[in-house]
Amino acid sequence: MSAQPDLLYSEEEEALRAAVRDLLTDHCDAAGVIARTESAAPHDVQVWKALSGTMGLAGLLVPEELGGQGATHREAAVVLEELGRAVAPVPYLTSAVVATEALLACGTDGLLAELASATTIGALAVGLHVAPGGAFANARLEKGALHGELTGIADAALADVLLVPADDGGLYAVDASAATVTPQVSLDLTRPVARVTLEGAPGRRLGDAEPAVRRALRAGAGLLASEQLGLADRSLTETVRYLKDRKQFNRPVGGFQALKHRLAQLWLEVVNLRAAARGAADALATGEDADVAVAVAQAYAAPAAVRAAEEALQLHGGIGMTWEHPAHLYLKRAKADSIAYGTAGAHREALAELVDLRAP
Amino acid sequence: MTDAAELRRRTHELLAAHPPAGTERLEFLRARFDAGLAWVHFPEGLGGLGVPRSLQAVVDAELAAAGAPDNDPRRIGIGLGMAAPTILQYGTEEQKRRFLRPLWTGEEVWCQLFSEPGAGSDLAALGTRAVREGEDWVVNGQKVWTSSAHLARWAILIARTDPDVPKHRGITYFLCDMTDPGVEVRPLRQITGEAEFNEVFLTDVRIPDSRRLGEVGDGWRVAQTTLNNERVAIGGMRLPREGGMIGPVSRTWRERPELRTHDLHQRLLRLWVEAEVARLTGERLRQQLVAGQPGPEGAGMKLAFARLNQEISGLEVELRGEEGLLYDDWTMRRPELVDFTGRDAGYRYLRSKGNSIEGGTSEVLLNIVAERVLGLPAEPRTDKDVAWKDLAR
Repeated sequence: MSAQPDLLYSEEEEALRAAVRDLLTDHCDAAGVIARTESAAPHDVQVWKALSGTMGLAGLLVPEELGGQGATHREAAVVLEELGRAVAPVPYLTSAVVATEALLACGTDGLLAELASATTIGALAVGLHVAPGGAFANARLEKGALHGELTGIADAALADVLLVPADDGGLYAVDASAATVTPQVSLDLTRPVARVTLEGAPGRRLGDAEPAVRRALRAGAGLLASEQLGLADRSLTETVRYLKDRKQFNRPVGGFQALKHRLAQLWLEVVNLRAAARGAADALATGEDADVAVAVAQAYAAPAAVRAAEEALQLHGGIGMTWEHPAHLYLKRAKADSIAYGTAGAHREALAELVDLRAP
Repeated sequence: MTDAAELRRRTHELLAAHPPAGTERLEFLRARFDAGLAWVHFPEGLGGLGVPRSLQAVVDAELAAAGAPDNDPRRIGIGLGMAAPTILQYGTEEQKRRFLRPLWTGEEVWCQLFSEPGAGSDLAALGTRAVREGEDWVVNGQKVWTSSAHLARWAILIARTDPDVPKHRGITYFLCDMTDPGVEVRPLRQITGEAEFNEVFLTDVRIPDSRRLGEVGDGWRVAQTTLNNERVAIGGMRLPREGGMIGPVSRTWRERPELRTHDLHQRLLRLWVEAEVARLTGERLRQQLVAGQPGPEGAGMKLAFARLNQEISGLEVELRGEEGLLYDDWTMRRPELVDFTGRDAGYRYLRSKGNSIEGGTSEVLLNIVAERVLGLPAEPRTDKDVAWKDLAR
């Protein structure tokens, strides 16, 4: 805890943000996202290809010598802020962060280069709700083949390869075509979860599951805070814009002090959320104080993003309750995110140990 | 061209001519002022060298290393932080020469006569009257929440000189002699039992026109310089983890396991997270300032700290159980320095209640954030074009 984290955005990070925002503004509008959630293919493969292929962003966390961009969690966090702002239905967090981190923990597997170049999409076959350090379900390893059912696997429907923890303590790469992936009806249709059924699927052992899963979930939880920042920031911005425009009682609704104060409080929370999310991203990048920084960020970000989405819905009034208006996309993502990679409560429990504020 | 090296050279020159070990404190401070090393961003001849404020750190570091005395800035914060920049901006040459040197050395303490019982958040509605009589102004009225009034030699004062125009336009800014026989200072006892502040009663106080600061009727604009500098003075501090109000309660939690309950544990962890995030927000703001990209985040910092101080200290009183029924000392005292995290939990709980009132209430600050940061419509202003004397009161 000697050095302070760098909590600002560099010029390069701002340039990266602008490029991602341009892409999403042109190719990932809310109406399109809503329409897609009603189809059989909720993910936006075109946007994913543009992000990962053309812009090369799937490989940010992978060193250059392993086929990646050799950037850090700070840059990946900026990408996630923008994806959160657009509630973009792409497997960036699940493949380019979580599955990638699991592979990095296992060493220099060739899969890394495939994930980095996005020729392959990966998914860690651990329930999205599991916190770093939390217990997770394993597949059974019998005679060299994998058996069992794993549920709540985010973005599994789109994955080419599943990273499956097995009861021998190993992490296995399983070709998605060797498993049965059944979509579960999900609260958040922009990051749907699925059931993975393995009936004698062949797997290739990558390394030890425990440290790989722990590392992957820690990075996922930490960078999720940046996605939550994007969700909250956009919810606030859109609500302020709407309340300046919307008139009732012959006045802009945003002139009523009861609403002004709620929006000002929300702004304060978004400001705090930004500092917490930058703190976590920087700590993951430097490795300094990362456990505490991630737990702090997630304990703060999860309820803050939910509140922003809930306030946005309420302050929009009736229109916010419609399927047509995008407010529900933010609410559903924010609520699902509040469970993803551990609830705020789970992260507070972790902090109790980390900062020595122990339970009775 | 005065750069860091030149400042170091001048500082060493000062130290050579006035070795701290063998020089009386006041003599050293006066010499430092005359060498332009007091506040380097002030003009030459007025304690500075007209160089960027950031270079002050160079001088301060050299002087601290040499064991030189400082001017005890916490004791004279109102003079340094509020009176001085206002006098510099609006004062006549004579006023600047007369007042700035003893202000900076601490020989003359300053206080601020702004708030009134009837003018709190709506400061511009103030009713203390100043009437011109020959070369003097005769002042009558009552001021409140004046820290250091009982120690002060001078005050910055705003008073109404024209009741027939709307409230912002009829105010004039003065430098008031606190030894005038018409000035009566009474301690104002707070809920903590002590009296940090005072009430100041002004009865036929005579202020020569030469102690007016700025034009007649322009006092509201002059006061903005004072108040903006008050906001600059708050914040910018670098805190370690658990550096604020969360520190004492965390230590109590660790040292006193017998006090722990599950309910308190949940609440403590929530507040610990919020305090850590508020600290990071403050650190981020500081980094923005250093990088020359000041953001609007500062407007929210005071709001956050007020609420957190109150909730955390309230939790700590509860955590202490039976001891929470006690209080360290109700004796009426006059502390010179105030430490929000000092004394015991009960004191911290009561003192922090002021954090959401002093320096702008949280409700007014939320309006400011909503209007200036988010651009939402301003509150309706029914008093804008009404003469002060016709306002409801």
